[in-house]
Amino acid sequence: MEKLTFRHATKKPLAGAKAQAITGVVASGNLEVLLERALPPDACTVEIETPINGYGDVWEAVVADFVARAQPGGIRITINDGGARPDTVSLRLLQGARLMEV
Amino acid sequence: MSGWRRERAARDARIEAGRAHAAGKVVAAASVVDLLEAILRPGDRVCLEGDNQKQADCLARGLSQCDPARVHDLHMVQSGIVLPEHLDIFEQGIAKRLDYSYSGPQGARIARMLYGGQIALGAVHTYLELFARYFIDLTPNVALIAGVSADREGNLYTGPNTEDTPTVVEATAFKNGVVVAQVNEIVDRVPRVDIPGDRIDFVVEADKPFYVEPLFTRDPAAMTETQILMAMMAIKGIYAEYGIRRLNHGIGFGTAAIELLLPTYAERLGLKGKIATHWALNPHPTLIPAIESGWVSQVHCFGSEVGMDRYIRERPDVFFTGADGSLRSNRAFCQTAGLYACDLFIGSTLQIDLSGHSSTVTQSRVAGFGGAPNMGSDPHGRRHPSDTWMKAGREALVTGDPALMRGRKLVVQIVETFGEKLVPTFVEKLDALELARKLKLELAPVMVYADDVTHIVTEEGIANLLLCRDADEREQAIRGVAGYTEVGRGRDRAMVERLRARGIVRRPEDLGIEPLDADRSLLAAKSIKDLVHWSGGLYEPPAKFRNW
Repeated sequence: MEKLTFRHATKKPLAGAKAQAITGVVASGNLEVLLERALPPDACTVEIETPINGYGDVWEAVVADFVARAQPGGIRITINDGGARPDTVSLRLLQGARLMEV
Repeated sequence: MSGWRRERAARDARIEAGRAHAAGKVVAAASVVDLLEAILRPGDRVCLEGDNQKQADCLARGLSQCDPARVHDLHMVQSGIVLPEHLDIFEQGIAKRLDYSYSGPQGARIARMLYGGQIALGAVHTYLELFARYFIDLTPNVALIAGVSADREGNLYTGPNTEDTPTVVEATAFKNGVVVAQVNEIVDRVPRVDIPGDRIDFVVEADKPFYVEPLFTRDPAAMTETQILMAMMAIKGIYAEYGIRRLNHGIGFGTAAIELLLPTYAERLGLKGKIATHWALNPHPTLIPAIESGWVSQVHCFGSEVGMDRYIRERPDVFFTGADGSLRSNRAFCQTAGLYACDLFIGSTLQIDLSGHSSTVTQSRVAGFGGAPNMGSDPHGRRHPSDTWMKAGREALVTGDPALMRGRKLVVQIVETFGEKLVPTFVEKLDALELARKLKLELAPVMVYADDVTHIVTEEGIANLLLCRDADEREQAIRGVAGYTEVGRGRDRAMVERLRARGIVRRPEDLGIEPLDADRSLLAAKSIKDLVHWSGGLYEPPAKFRNW
């Protein structure tokens, strides 16, 4: 089990007003993503609990690309990972951001 | 005795020895070992029919029970190493040399035995290549084959899984060899004659029906959003743009997703009748919705698939069927069709390197080649044009007189950047090279060579390798779709953006595809049960795919 935390500054807050959203499931090869509008509008944090050790640099790259693309200002993200591949992580993060934007 | 008929005389002697254990041509299952010991000679070249799917399992069990003091040092020349007995005979000393094509289910064990020196390996072939050698320098002395039924004269009905049988029999029977067929039942009259009786020397009524491996069933319930996204990109970025009508699909989930998106996503793009009409393909259950929606003109099959027989019988306009109504497959002809008459091959692989070479070999598994290297290659003997082939030819770097340009077959690898257990698909060096070094192979087992690959599709985008003009561009185009693998993260970002501006690397958004639209609701069938419904109840999935 490994715990990772990434903090990013964003150029703008995530659109929409939804306070909270959840997507995905904790299952093998999948992950659960919880998003909460709980931070200053220019900040985003991503906390990850993953059963697979040693992929910190991959997580860092996936999260950085997501933040650059979605600009999720104000959002605290918590990930319960079930050993998902990076592309699945990317997809769930984008799905989560879309849920918050409605 | 004339010096020109020694092989014929040897064949006559084998048959006479075998007749002692037969009533006419018919041999009881209990006498198989006696028969084989009578007709086999040490050092014989033997084809023990192990196809991609159909297995002469009764004869395989018999061969593995032969006395190694009498039957030894055989040279096995068969396309598939599938059953445990296919390797047991090497441990027992019954067989010594091996030339083959495919060893999927036995991939781990064959690797151990090759490392241990228990098998003297000739070569790992493609199907067509091994079939070709049957007629030149690997002609079997004895063929042990499988069919559904035979009459007492030896007329053989192979059933829907004809597969390799006609090729094996042709090479053996017409070059002084002995052919033994195991059948599920001996009948007064076979439904259709797939192999005439004068090519069959002995018929064994097997103790149980021959085994068929269900290789081509992909459960839509297991299909992921990533695979759906890749399928959307392939349809819009390749099938639509090149107008691909004649094609062959591999057996992975990515291509199965394409099949399930034809009546939904591709239909909405207005592509019906413009793409995916003529196929060289096993009868994939996931093609049923496209067939039922009128997308598919015709399909020629290498073999069959478990559970598809009734459906095929009711769709003779689409499939090749005999006078009896059942499927006629033929691996050699279908491979030839895939090689020369298809404009696109698309399939998956386990490893791709920085030039685009790909391999399914890992250091612990030797799965062999099967047919992918033939389908996944640009046949230089092709001489008929098609719009697809010519368009690809124009995109490739033309050297010399443009008036003498040839077309190009599209060879597409569709892969997720990470495989099972987060193993990266993109690597700096193929495991195949290490395997070749350890086994002292002259030729590294490459599935598809880089110069044949035209496109790579991943969840990150499409790399068009035809448009690359040098090795650097090619490497960065591959890195540019390699996602978060080390190879992908090692990209030159600025150069990848320049390649993107030239359309060499294309992202989903460049194709007008929103990744969040890649949803399971796009699948024409979301479960095996949906496929049964689409087929009007004609598809009968094997038990392991039923959960109702």
